[in-house]
Order: sequence, then C-alpha cells, then structure tokens
Amino acid sequence: MGRILLSRRRFLQTTAISFGSLIGAGCDQMVQTPSFKPKVNAEPLTLHGQRLLLRGQSLAREFSLADVAPQFPSTGTTVPQDSEYQRLLEQQFAAWRLQVDGRVERPTSFSLSELQCLPSRTQITRHDCVEGWSAIARWQGVPLSLLLHYAQLKADARYVVFHCADTVGGGSQMGGGGGGRYYESIDLIDAFHQQTILAYSLNGKPLPVENGAPLRLRLERQLGYKHAKYVMRVEVAARLDLIGAGKGGYWEDRGYEWYAGI
Amino acid sequence: MTGLLCFIRFLSKMRNMDTLAEPGVSSTVLRHSLLTRAAHWTNALSMGILMMSGLQILNAHPSLYWGQTGYDSKAAWFNITSGDENPPQGTLQIGRSVFRTTGLLGIVTSGGHVEKKAFPDWLTIPRNRDLGSARRWHFFFAWILVANGIIYLVVTAITGRLKRDLLPRSSELAPKQLAAQLWSHMRLRFPKGEQARTYNSLQKLSYSAVIFGLGPLMVLSGLTMSPGLDAAMPFLVDLFGGRQSARSIHFIAANLLMLFFLAHMAALIAVGVWNELRSMITGRYRLEHAE
Repeated sequence: MGRILLSRRRFLQTTAISFGSLIGAGCDQMVQTPSFKPKVNAEPLTLHGQRLLLRGQSLAREFSLADVAPQFPSTGTTVPQDSEYQRLLEQQFAAWRLQVDGRVERPTSFSLSELQCLPSRTQITRHDCVEGWSAIARWQGVPLSLLLHYAQLKADARYVVFHCADTVGGGSQMGGGGGGRYYESIDLIDAFHQQTILAYSLNGKPLPVENGAPLRLRLERQLGYKHAKYVMRVEVAARLDLIGAGKGGYWEDRGYEWYAGI
Repeated sequence: MTGLLCFIRFLSKMRNMDTLAEPGVSSTVLRHSLLTRAAHWTNALSMGILMMSGLQILNAHPSLYWGQTGYDSKAAWFNITSGDENPPQGTLQIGRSVFRTTGLLGIVTSGGHVEKKAFPDWLTIPRNRDLGSARRWHFFFAWILVANGIIYLVVTAITGRLKRDLLPRSSELAPKQLAAQLWSHMRLRFPKGEQARTYNSLQKLSYSAVIFGLGPLMVLSGLTMSPGLDAAMPFLVDLFGGRQSARSIHFIAANLLMLFFLAHMAALIAVGVWNELRSMITGRYRLEHAE
C-alpha cells in the first residue's frame, strides 16, 4: 500500500508542476497581451522544445531537381497594389535597393545586381504553408548572414525584421483581421542559419512577382508565412514590441505564432 | 501536504473496506484509481479539443495527398470542395468516389447564411474560420495530451499496474478466448461480479491499441508535419513516407480514434451509463454478483 501511496502523491505533485507550467505560460501571455484571442498558448514550450532538438545547424532536407513542382503555388499577396512597388516593377527593379539598417555599425543598401554579385547559395527545399500544403522548389539567393556580417551587429541586436512592399487586404484562407503592410521577424539563431537566404531566383529564373520579386526570405525550418516576400528593408532590432502591433509580424499581429516551427 | 496524505489514507481505507465487504447481491468497489480517472478526463477533454481544432485547421486546405508534397494542382486522394455553381454545391471526394455533401461538408450554413467552408461551425474550435486560433488550441492541448500520456504510462509502469491491468496476458489473446468474448459482447452480455472488477481481454486489447498504437501514431504523424522537427529528426519524415503522407495518416488515425470513441460510447450505454460514469468520476463501481 505504501508504494502506491507514495506514487500517487508523486503523481499529484508531478501533474501539478507540469500542468502549472503549461497554464502559467498561457497566463503570462494573456497578461502581456490583453487583446489575445485564444487564452491558450504553448508557443514558448514549442519554441524551446524545438530549439533543444535543433542544437547546432541542423539543415532542412534538400531535394533533387526531379522533385521540383512544375509550378510553385503562390499564396497571400500575388501582385502588390502599392504604388511604390508598381513604380519599381515598371523599371524591373532597376531603382530598387535593399536597405540594411537598425542596430548595426554600418547601415547600408544594395541594388539587385549588387546582391546577385555576392556569393550565393542554391537549395532545393520543401515549402510548408501554414494552410497545410507543401511544394518543392529550387531557390537561389544571398545568405542573410553575409549581409549581417557586412553591416556588423551592435551588442544589443536580437532580431532581424523584414519590411515588405505589399499591403495585405485580408480575405485569405488564413483568415483574420483588416489589412496592413506585411512584415516578419526572426531571431539571430535563424538569421545566421546557413539555409536562411534572401532569394532572387526561383527554379533557375528571376523570382516571379507572385512569389515575391525581387527578393524574398527563405527560412527553411519554419512555415511559409515567415518567408517574407517583396523585401524592401532588413532592420536589425533589439526588440519587437515597437514595430507594427508588436508581435513580430503581419500574421503574428493577427493571432499567429511568432515561432512557426510547427 | 499532511492534509493530502490524510485524504489519500482515507481513500485507501475505504478501498480496503470495500474489498473486505461481505459478498452479497451487489457490492461497491474502487474500480479506477485517482490516476486513471484524472488521466481519463484530461485525455477526454484534450482529445475533444484536438479533434475539433484539427478540423478547423483542415478547413484552411481540405485536401490530403500522398508523398512529400501536395498543393492545389496536384491530385488529392481526399478533397472537400465548395463549388461555384448556383446554388453552390459541396462535394467530398475520396479516391475516385465523389459524394454530394451540400449542407454538411463544403457548403455549410453558419449563423443563418450559407458559407463556403469544408466543415460546419458545430464541428470546429473556434466556430468561425480562424486558422491562427485553431492552431493555438491544437498545440496547447497536444502538449497536455502528451504530458498526460507520459505521466500515466510512467506511473503505471512503475507501480506495475500497466502490466497487471492494461496489457493483455498471452492466455487472453488465445483466439478461442477472444472469439468467446466477442460473441458475448455481441449478444450484449458483459462480465459480471468479480469478472467485472478488471478489464476483460477485449477492453485490454482496444485500450492497448489506442494507448500504444493510435496514440503514438497521432503524435508522431503530427510532429512530422513540423518543418522544424523534420530538420532535427529527418527519419520521422521517412517513417511516414513524406510530410503530406504524415498529414494524411494523421487524419486517418483521427478517424480511427473517432470510431474507438463511438464504440466506447456504445459500450457505455450497453453496460450502464450511471455505474460506468460514476466509476470514472468517484472511482466507485457497483459489482452485480452473478446468481
């Protein structure tokens, strides 16, 4: 009997502790964000759980050319209606420049041809959309780490924010909220991952408008909405709460997880 | 802490009294331990929310494929469509079969108006189309489900109850024995008296199949849909034959769990709702003694 008693007590303690930490994580989030819709949130557990397993530079699987989808699907914005973007598109992005600024020692900017002259990485990877579909494509672009090394991060740099050219109208399958300018953010672990590239080429051709021309992010270990299209500016930031509605991205501001590793 | 100890002593005292009770027409025993009851209801709540939030997630792309990839222009083995004709038609396609499902799937009525949506409001959490919230519900309760399962398995393995109460003995798996059990279940004749104190072999088999088969299959196929975990544990993707295969298997396993749930409810009604329900809430179960 004593054995069972002890295990029962231990069981109660363990349950209290583990469930407490789960619910605690949820409450914490609610206190910080009173407008938060679902009152459940396991994102910190998921983030730390996955980061524990993703020690080092585990790569997302790379495929062969035979696996590439005939036509890569497009979701979200397919043609940005913003006048600034339309003007740049007319001149085939001749006047487009990528700003790199924020918490860096050397704020700078690159033209498309300057980016294309830098060392590039080509990868054939599977794109997983939050909606549920997956497609394989071949991407070529400049490693983000290269630009960050060049710009030299300040000591308080924690995140990299991607400001995009497209204003999203809403009404997508992903649901949620009114429109706004698209943006995304990642932390430095993902920013310096070797498969994190700013891609200007899809399947050997210049990146099409519907897939984010002239430049889009590839973040292979997270879902599609993190892969910002139509990138105009790379801002290195110390914190995310002062940007947009403060949750680190367009969809994040509308209830999606910031860490989209699942 | 002392209070809790006293309470547990009190419970075990009650339990001892029961087991020593004089045999009569009926007696009450403690059938389910506190651990089993807590785990059962935590599981029931989590599974319910996971099923319903899962359908809301599937609303975003109600097509299932085999292999690594799957997208609109690739052939799906399972597809719910919301047609554009007037009046709009909802269809469910499984393999080569197509079913008209207007009103139930594809075209549903929500809040009095017709909506193009794979699953109706009453089947999903949240009710309205909201992938972001559905994902939050799904992953929160997925963690609860896994934590609950691990606690239950570890504690019952340590105390030996797992082997004693849940795992079928080899004698119970003899075809003759199983056939006899199945026959009496089909005639709605269930074990009575001392035999009802423990799980019968069919119960052991089905519970074990869920706990060691479908449960882990659900969790692993779910994790395989994660691009993060796929990078950390690529063998998971190979195990299921690709991410979209894992997504299909996740859905099929969920349907099998739903079948288990229906059989579970049918058995509950056949054996006696009140006695069974009470035994899973307070632990107390009335044994009807065989005449």
